[in-house]
Amino acid sequence: MLHAPAPLASDTIISASWVDYLIVAIYFGFVLGIGLMARRGVSDSVDFFLSGRSLPAWVTGLAFISANLGAVEIMGMSASGAEFGLPTVHYFWVGAIPAMLFLGIVMMPFYYGSQVRSVPEFMLRRFGTGAHLVNAVSFAVAQLLIAGINLYLLGSIIQALLGLDLFLAVVIAAVIVLCYITLGGLSAAIYNEVLQFFVIVAALTPLTLLGLDRVGGWQGVKDGIAETAGQGDVPPAADQLNSWPGTALTGFDSELLSVVGIVFGLGFVLSFGYWTTNFVEVQRAMATDSISSARKTPIIGAFPKMFVPFITIIPGMIAAVLVAEIAEVKAGGDVSGGAEGSVTYNDSLIYLMRDVLPNGLLGVAIAGLLAAFMAGMAANVSAFNTVFSVDLWERYAVKDRSDGYYLRVGRWATVGATVVAVFTAQLAASFSNIMDYLQTLFGFFNAPLFATFILGMFWKRMTATAGWAGLASGTLAAVLVGFLAEGTLGSLSIGVLPLSGQGAAFVAAGVAFAVDIVVSVAVSLVTTPKPAHELVGLVYSETPKEDLVDEAEASYPWYRRTLPLAGIAAVLTIILNLAF
Amino acid sequence: MSEHTPSDGAASTHKAGLLDIRSIIGALMGVYGVILVLMGIFADPETDKTGGTNANLWAGLAMLLVALVFVAWARLRPVRVPEEQEASAASS
Repeated sequence: MLHAPAPLASDTIISASWVDYLIVAIYFGFVLGIGLMARRGVSDSVDFFLSGRSLPAWVTGLAFISANLGAVEIMGMSASGAEFGLPTVHYFWVGAIPAMLFLGIVMMPFYYGSQVRSVPEFMLRRFGTGAHLVNAVSFAVAQLLIAGINLYLLGSIIQALLGLDLFLAVVIAAVIVLCYITLGGLSAAIYNEVLQFFVIVAALTPLTLLGLDRVGGWQGVKDGIAETAGQGDVPPAADQLNSWPGTALTGFDSELLSVVGIVFGLGFVLSFGYWTTNFVEVQRAMATDSISSARKTPIIGAFPKMFVPFITIIPGMIAAVLVAEIAEVKAGGDVSGGAEGSVTYNDSLIYLMRDVLPNGLLGVAIAGLLAAFMAGMAANVSAFNTVFSVDLWERYAVKDRSDGYYLRVGRWATVGATVVAVFTAQLAASFSNIMDYLQTLFGFFNAPLFATFILGMFWKRMTATAGWAGLASGTLAAVLVGFLAEGTLGSLSIGVLPLSGQGAAFVAAGVAFAVDIVVSVAVSLVTTPKPAHELVGLVYSETPKEDLVDEAEASYPWYRRTLPLAGIAAVLTIILNLAF
Repeated sequence: MSEHTPSDGAASTHKAGLLDIRSIIGALMGVYGVILVLMGIFADPETDKTGGTNANLWAGLAMLLVALVFVAWARLRPVRVPEEQEASAASS
């Protein structure tokens, strides 16, 4: 009696059956159940904001990459895979893993050991109010906007899959996210991220394998790509099937410049800026039970992260060969349909799901996508409520109240952030390009932030004035490059520099980093540094070595120690880079 | 800012929560596995989409296996729950 279930909605991209709806409903039941259960464990504000610092490393490690495995990553990376092919893997093997290992080995002891509750709070203790305000406010605003983008994408997927009205879909999604964060705080968000990770993998792995089977294996993908390569704007097959030098991705003509751009712009400045200072990620590691677990969080996360491209980029490449609509888009055609009216590369995964997944697995895939987009938004909102209540409200608005007071502020901040996100989602719906540029802009903030952090952690002479001056000048330099490049900021860019696409973003980040370092050094030399006793736990040379490591770690077997794990991750990444 | 060691007996609740995540993953994967295996056996395998494989059946079996591993892990290596107050025993 289970045969051929009839579709419930007809004008949607995917025709889901009652079994698919059941699978999605079961997932939501689990999500809300986790929120209710986690609620019993929340007793003070450290519990709510940092999960009581009690989670083991494998949980936070999975949450660490899951928080990032949201709409932008899954849709964006499969879209980029469909458009550019294999060079997209640089976002993982060059643009994420090295920075994650660096965060675990070098920076995490300072974050965890200084007992700060947020990344901006570290800024405050090292550089004082100026740098703290710049960091906290720009981060909080960025989180609200990105939460809105996630919510919009979530709503548009619900609309495309289930045929609901976009506004209604957005509101329903917002209410569910709100429920599980306000109920359980960070624990609920982290547990859901771990659960979501497994659902995503369970959804995308069969999709990839079935897709590969349908096109005739990897050889089939190669043949399909070779057939259309070189027509119109489509990059040559060799560029799509080898990760290096990746000229199509960077937009550089010279192969050497392209490699330099990827290694320094993406691999060093942009990715280190993102992974090492982004509180959404770092917050997960701060929720662990010891310094050793905090350091292992990004390192354990690096292992699954390495293999995420195989279930995001490869399906994108398969879609460009197998799915008629995406293949036509790639050939320069204009097809109506998709989540936004006309088919774009962003729709690759959804069309591939429609073409290869039977009802049943389809439900798992829908649940996985919804889970990812919701978790992305939940991560933004829970990072926002911490920074808002700890760094802005407690520090500048209402000081010295009870712990319970700030816990309530945190809960209300979550409600406020969700309401704001519903409206930024509407904004994103009407001005999707503007949101793209805003994201580019926030990318500009990250590069100077990394420069300031790393200099501040290792150079005790660096002064408070240098902290905010470096940040401000570095950010301005990045924005300036954006204006001078072609199209990076849309019509605001005047095109003096022959740079476009990702190449421009890499150069802007590099310039921001260099300017920040130069200005910080120059300003530090003419201003007075903080006294050494205020820098204990914040600066490498002033911190006793035993504060930076976990004394228990030496007694663990090798597979539970930070450095051997990081070494294995590094070797695997190099092997992957050589193999592709 | 509160200290590293949890106060007034909160430790037991934290660790009970920890125990759950592995069982939760196991439960969700188990339910999905059962549904997919049933779909694989009784429903149309839609071989025109999957290219001949009974995708639901195989994916369902794989999920059941994952569920078993997680439930077994939670059973065999339970988190040390009891009323000990020190954070030193917190790792799983």
